[in-house]
Amino acid sequence: MTTRKHRIRTVEPFIWELSAPGRVGASVPEPDVPEYPLPEEIPLRRDLPLPEVSELEVVRHFTRLSRLNYSIDTHMYPLGSCTMKYNPKVNDLAASLPGFSEAHPLLPEDLCQGSLELLYRLQTAIETLTGFHSVSLQPAAGAQGELTGVLMIRAFHQDRGDTKRTRILIPDSAHGTNPASVSMAGFTAEQIPSDKRGNVDLAVLRERCDDTVAGLMITNPNTLGLFEEHIEEVTSIVHRAGGLVYGDGANFNALLGYLKPADVGIDVMHFNLHKTFSTPHGGGGPGAGPVGAGALLAPYLPGPVVRRLEQRSQEQPNFREQVEKQKESLHRTGHSVDRTGLPEVYSEYFTLVYPEKSIGRVKAFYGNFGILVRAFTYILQMGGDGLRSVAEHAVLNANYLKHLIEKTYRIPYERPCMHEFVATGEVAPGIHTMDIAKRLLDYGFHPPTVYFPLIVKEALMIEPTETESRQTLEAFAEALLQIAQEAVTSPDLLHEAPHDTPVGRLDEVRAAREPILNRRQTEKL
Amino acid sequence: MTYDPEVKYQKSHEWARKDGTLFTVGISDYAQDSLGDVVFVELPVTGKVVKKGDAFGVVESVKAASDVYAPLSGTIVEVNSKLKDDPSLVNKEPFGAGWFVKIQASNPSEYEELLSATEYEAFVKGL
Repeated sequence: MTTRKHRIRTVEPFIWELSAPGRVGASVPEPDVPEYPLPEEIPLRRDLPLPEVSELEVVRHFTRLSRLNYSIDTHMYPLGSCTMKYNPKVNDLAASLPGFSEAHPLLPEDLCQGSLELLYRLQTAIETLTGFHSVSLQPAAGAQGELTGVLMIRAFHQDRGDTKRTRILIPDSAHGTNPASVSMAGFTAEQIPSDKRGNVDLAVLRERCDDTVAGLMITNPNTLGLFEEHIEEVTSIVHRAGGLVYGDGANFNALLGYLKPADVGIDVMHFNLHKTFSTPHGGGGPGAGPVGAGALLAPYLPGPVVRRLEQRSQEQPNFREQVEKQKESLHRTGHSVDRTGLPEVYSEYFTLVYPEKSIGRVKAFYGNFGILVRAFTYILQMGGDGLRSVAEHAVLNANYLKHLIEKTYRIPYERPCMHEFVATGEVAPGIHTMDIAKRLLDYGFHPPTVYFPLIVKEALMIEPTETESRQTLEAFAEALLQIAQEAVTSPDLLHEAPHDTPVGRLDEVRAAREPILNRRQTEKL
Repeated sequence: MTYDPEVKYQKSHEWARKDGTLFTVGISDYAQDSLGDVVFVELPVTGKVVKKGDAFGVVESVKAASDVYAPLSGTIVEVNSKLKDDPSLVNKEPFGAGWFVKIQASNPSEYEELLSATEYEAFVKGL
């Protein structure tokens, strides 16, 4: 269709369309060494359609594209379940300190004690906030953290020869990635329904728990934004059946400083640093999904993790020898990583080790280090009281926003929410949640998460986070209320939205049915 | 919304049509309407043995991906390969050309436990 093609192309041409034969971005000087032909086994392809453009054209092309971006630095982003809070710039400042940004991942331990100390202190901070015995910073994202946790549960049962446990139970209000993690780890996922208040249906849970259950994966607050009121009962039912409990930490922002997951019977849990601890989300930077575990599962954590060896008193002047001895004993058991020389004088020493029964590595090197620096900076900046107030304001903001719109947008579960809430988009006949989401773009707001969780029809899942001001919350509520009016007075305005964005309503169905995956295929458009 | 009276239903929104001990299985009009435009259907290999209630396939729309559950136990003897190229058949003819699989039932009496069109319609209206 020409109109659509025209519309997309006027936003910004493809870089190939800017290409002119022979134009280059950089001039390579004449060689001052003898030339040799490339060996024949290295094929040089001359048929690749690479764009020929100048440096200035490249800079302008990508700068123009970047200005089409929507981001948390420009607008509110109430994407439920994603905790799109502001990412303080001081995080980036810390991560760009040359000592961190230029540290080589293969440095021997005694040349990167500062980086190791940061990892150690981040581990400890997460342990303090969650009550867990130990933390591994290895997993690179939330879903990888889930898989890690489930693999630890599997290793635990296998160690005891308990191989008949093949089922993992997942409430229908859990995160969407949970069943996939379970399948990848070789278990069967089984859904547990919610009751009328949005909690796990305890009667069904009791009925399904037996000696074939390996564990339960629970998200608390759940994806309805509700606190699981019987969480201790849930975990003890699973424990009594011999299963273990995995906590999905995606919504941990609501609990900071108020609830330690280990205290309510969670055995293993991941934390999304890119949600709760203000590091950038996908596209803005790699993720990080550290995993914490109670005493039972801590030996199975992925490695390496950082341990601190310390000089206990003045009567130990020969700390260097002490460290040497401790490291030697770690080497003998195969748990220590570094085998290089040791420091001259330290009162403490940080070393990389594998937990006793570690499931091994899940990521190269030490997780996404730059992201870990950002999260640690955030934790230091906020302090314990600050993190507690993060949870308070996240919950307060969500409840205030819910209050502002609940007369117009039906809320299926009538009780105070935590950091987010689920409303339905059925505000007028023939209007769907997608129409409201698209119309919000015209008002300058990123839409909430839509059509999730699946247990609410036409779901709009709204999470304002603690970093939005009262004025912004009110402006967002006002936009939602105006859209609900438009839905009655001029429904086509919604059906055809968005109107003021670089491209209009995209044909998502055709894109999914007939995906175009490279530029040459666009000629078919 | 149509409720084909010739087939029986289960609460997870699949239907089964009886032909002796061979049953054709698909998803209901209500299910396709709730999902919206179907963009992909994942079907099992023929010969797969399923128990009633087992997930045997996946139906995906731009809104969601959902498991499809077997209404009867038995062996999958045929799958609707047309859905691979044209998943929109599920939206257009949920009770006809949009069928998913044929099951050779190992326990045909399970069919009697399924809901009639009227029972299923009442169930859907209560959702």
